[in-house]
Amino acid sequence: MFRVTRRYGFAASHRLDTPQLSAGENRRLYGKCNNPFGHGHNYVVEVSARGPIDPRTGRAVDVEALDDLVRRQVIEPFDHRNLNEDVNSFQGLPPTSENLLVEICRRLKRNWSSAFPGEWPRLEKVRIAETARNIFEMESHEIG
Amino acid sequence: MLITRRVEFSASHVCRSPELSAEENARIYGPAANPHGHGHNYVVEVTVEGSPDPVTGMVLDLKELKEILDRDVAGPYDHRFLNYEVPPFDRVVPTTENVARDIWQRLEARVSSGGRRLRAVRVHETPDLYVDYFGEQPCSA
Repeated sequence: MFRVTRRYGFAASHRLDTPQLSAGENRRLYGKCNNPFGHGHNYVVEVSARGPIDPRTGRAVDVEALDDLVRRQVIEPFDHRNLNEDVNSFQGLPPTSENLLVEICRRLKRNWSSAFPGEWPRLEKVRIAETARNIFEMESHEIG
Repeated sequence: MLITRRVEFSASHVCRSPELSAEENARIYGPAANPHGHGHNYVVEVTVEGSPDPVTGMVLDLKELKEILDRDVAGPYDHRFLNYEVPPFDRVVPTTENVARDIWQRLEARVSSGGRRLRAVRVHETPDLYVDYFGEQPCSA
């Protein structure tokens, strides 16, 4: 069994604020991440797919197909964007890295079969580093 | 518990399969199929699973693991053209997957003994692409 992991990056701004809390509570909860004009990060995303090797090509994952899927579903919509303003899913939902991770995983899972129509490879997990010190990871099966 | 040791080597390769047409090779492998080859600084992480020996406190002496990796990975691979100089890549396409599997096969018997076993071989072809190989177990759903 092989797991192939590819690393990508995008730069985006966000502000953590939830309409479910008061202004004071948002400030207390999110601290400087709640500053009204937002701030940005260089996000690093790692996407892992697993599967058996294709004896014809010697590869388990067509990396070009993976790159194309991630570019269309993640990089193009998120890179050099304001996540709160430019991404529909974050209207009313705070773009924490947890929520961002779920959104990325959901997008990849939803569109996986357009890039990989066969039984293999399957999306295994997604990892996102908001900064070099804050890293979030989930397995594909955690998305219903 | 798991212990991991890293080893590096620099090598050239070309990804072309004689069973595929020139067009298929170019489409599947992209620039990696360019006929005269190209190179990478490969980084390999070898992970061994076991319990610490009650006397030495070690799963596997890392000095010994270093010697194994130097002899069995860096030795044959470093500063070589994989397709021409490192069997089985005279007949197997040296994709990252196949390199990971070959390293696994070179190491498994050397590091596995008693309750200790080779758990994973990770091969970074570039900082943005790596492959983990866990042995020949079937892919479960």
